[in-house]
Amino acid sequence: MKILLKGGRIVDPSQGLDQAADLLLEDGKVVALAPDLAEEDARVLPCEGLIVCPGLIDLHVHFREPGEEWKETIATGSLAAVAGGFTAVACMPNTRPPNDNAEVTRYILKKAQEAGLCRVWPVACITKGQKGEQLTEFGELKEAGAVAVSDDGRPVPEAAVMRLALEYAKNFDLPVISHAEELSLSRGGHVNEGLASARLGLRGIPAQGEAIAIFREVMLAELTGSPVHIAHVSTRSGVEIIRRAKEAGLSVTAETAPHYFSLTEEATFGYHTNAKVNPPLRSEEDRRAIEEALRDGTIDAIATDHAPHSPLEKFCEFERAAFGLIGLETALPLALHLVERGIISLPRLVELLSCAPARILKLPGGSLREGSPADVTVFDPEARWVVTEEELHSKSKNSPFLGWEMRGRAVYTIVGGRVVFSRRELLS
Amino acid sequence: MEFFHRHILDISAFTPEDISYILNTAENLKEILSRPIPKVPTLRGKLVAHLFFEPSTRTRLSFERAAKTLSADVFNLTARMSSVEKGETLLDTVLNLKAMGADLFVIRHPMAGAPHFIARATETRVINAGDGFHAHPTQALLDMLTVREKKGTLSGLKVAIIGDIRHSRVAHSNICGFRKMGSEVFVSGPATMLPPEREALGARVCYRLEEALKDADVVMALRVQKERHGRELFPSLREYAREFGLNAQKLALAREDCLLMHPGPINWGVELHPELENDPRSVILEQVTNGVAVRMALLVLLLGGGA
Repeated sequence: MKILLKGGRIVDPSQGLDQAADLLLEDGKVVALAPDLAEEDARVLPCEGLIVCPGLIDLHVHFREPGEEWKETIATGSLAAVAGGFTAVACMPNTRPPNDNAEVTRYILKKAQEAGLCRVWPVACITKGQKGEQLTEFGELKEAGAVAVSDDGRPVPEAAVMRLALEYAKNFDLPVISHAEELSLSRGGHVNEGLASARLGLRGIPAQGEAIAIFREVMLAELTGSPVHIAHVSTRSGVEIIRRAKEAGLSVTAETAPHYFSLTEEATFGYHTNAKVNPPLRSEEDRRAIEEALRDGTIDAIATDHAPHSPLEKFCEFERAAFGLIGLETALPLALHLVERGIISLPRLVELLSCAPARILKLPGGSLREGSPADVTVFDPEARWVVTEEELHSKSKNSPFLGWEMRGRAVYTIVGGRVVFSRRELLS
Repeated sequence: MEFFHRHILDISAFTPEDISYILNTAENLKEILSRPIPKVPTLRGKLVAHLFFEPSTRTRLSFERAAKTLSADVFNLTARMSSVEKGETLLDTVLNLKAMGADLFVIRHPMAGAPHFIARATETRVINAGDGFHAHPTQALLDMLTVREKKGTLSGLKVAIIGDIRHSRVAHSNICGFRKMGSEVFVSGPATMLPPEREALGARVCYRLEEALKDADVVMALRVQKERHGRELFPSLREYAREFGLNAQKLALAREDCLLMHPGPINWGVELHPELENDPRSVILEQVTNGVAVRMALLVLLLGGGA
């Protein structure tokens, strides 16, 4: 099966490309990239006016399966992913039971294969039951298909345990992802400490709690010589520590999520539970610092932290409401808004959403070089649409962006040379 | 002027004119309470549901007294002895009461924003009787009524609030209300219980108690919430009483004609020295009476008065 993407603008920072060209895919691989390719027996996708880039990779989603299938399943999450232009996602292990053993890892991969949409890369727990005590069996987990370890949803409370994880991960070349949160400062908190906590009368989660936890991870990276990846950075002070660590030559990478550069704590005013997320939405100063970090490279990647919850967890008292919001279908237009505002370039956007995630998790993809997997995202940067519950494919609708007018949307999502999602009728 | 609000959730939603209007209405209705038979038919046939998910004496009985004086019927639901103990959600609880015909919910809840959620979810009128650390608007209104009665104005006064400001819904609503009406609010107490200046909702934060008390027109002591977090946030009750408790000597820093207030319940010997019990400056029991008048006013304003 051959697919020819004709007439698009190819943006592939992995080879420094930003030019009009055609792209030919065959047998699940990229086989040619050049202007005016002709191929008689290929299915042609007209890409005039569209951007063609390496498939977007979300290195941080929660697909809730096994255990919380009323919120999302691997099938519905995969559909949301490809509708949002993502060809691959890394799913976090805080399921029920958590992904702390090879059996759960294999189950996730089986469900992903049945869904047959995007690639799903399981992230396994760092510690058994995410209890922060005993390491999981990294070796067997990797063999079963885990691509990284993280106790995401909660931090590893003890520095000594995190140290062991970083050391032991070296045997298996497994990336370690840290949910950086100083629990003793954040416990009982529901919103950012500052304006939101004062205004809403809720216990706050101070920004410095995140920074303290990031600093610990940075020091452990130095101590162990292992790389560490910091998830969902939300604060100015967190960014500054990562920036200084990188300047010092330490092996630290970081991601942020679209809501941290698109929203501030004001989104929670009025007790809007869809804006309740951990880490919490922060101040305008923090939001600007995140933008700057995306621009200057301190933050390497954009990940959604897609966290579906049903009305059972969200249509209730704010303090009772679960943390988390969905993001797979709004990430691309929110990132494009940074391009529109001149904060980042389009190639930088592709770097943040595709090349860097592939590099951090050591995944195939993130490139349109000949021989790369035929994972391609084609999007229309001008398409205007309004976020409504009906437009969203995720099983849950807990988005703080409902009602927003967005600009930019995936048109074709291609995984392994197969068009798994299309907003246009396919021509053959 | 007309009153357009459907709910009483938070003082911040009101204009100074709204507040004056509520206080004027309360002042007019207060007379009813001193009649030989303090009962009028204004709200006959209306059903007011009191939902108290936290212990309360004053606020709960004050609302009940207000509703009954106006001839409304009342439901009194407390978290204990109800299906809340069987795990029924707040939403289901209020939807059921609405199905029985409740016209208005009065809610006291340990979670900030719970009354806002109910207002949104049920489209029934809601009065916030205290939500978590967030707000206690009826307390602020009765405090303002008391001060206005005594001082003749709410503008240009120095109001000092002493105690756990950070975790006090009474403080939050009073700071907001008194500032809206043109007074200055100073707060003081153990620094572990004081917000940083930028989170103080416009109040001046004083780490020296004297600074807050000096020349104050109104001195309001807050209850030390021993059951919540007292032990963690200051070393001992003894030290609290010594450093932050009000006594005659400290109160002498305030203006001679100052008003001493407290939202109750009082821990005598902690935030207030027992020597102040019969102090002529104390208006603590008048606050309680005014509480009934303010709540009557709010019920009339929200339920329209038409039987």
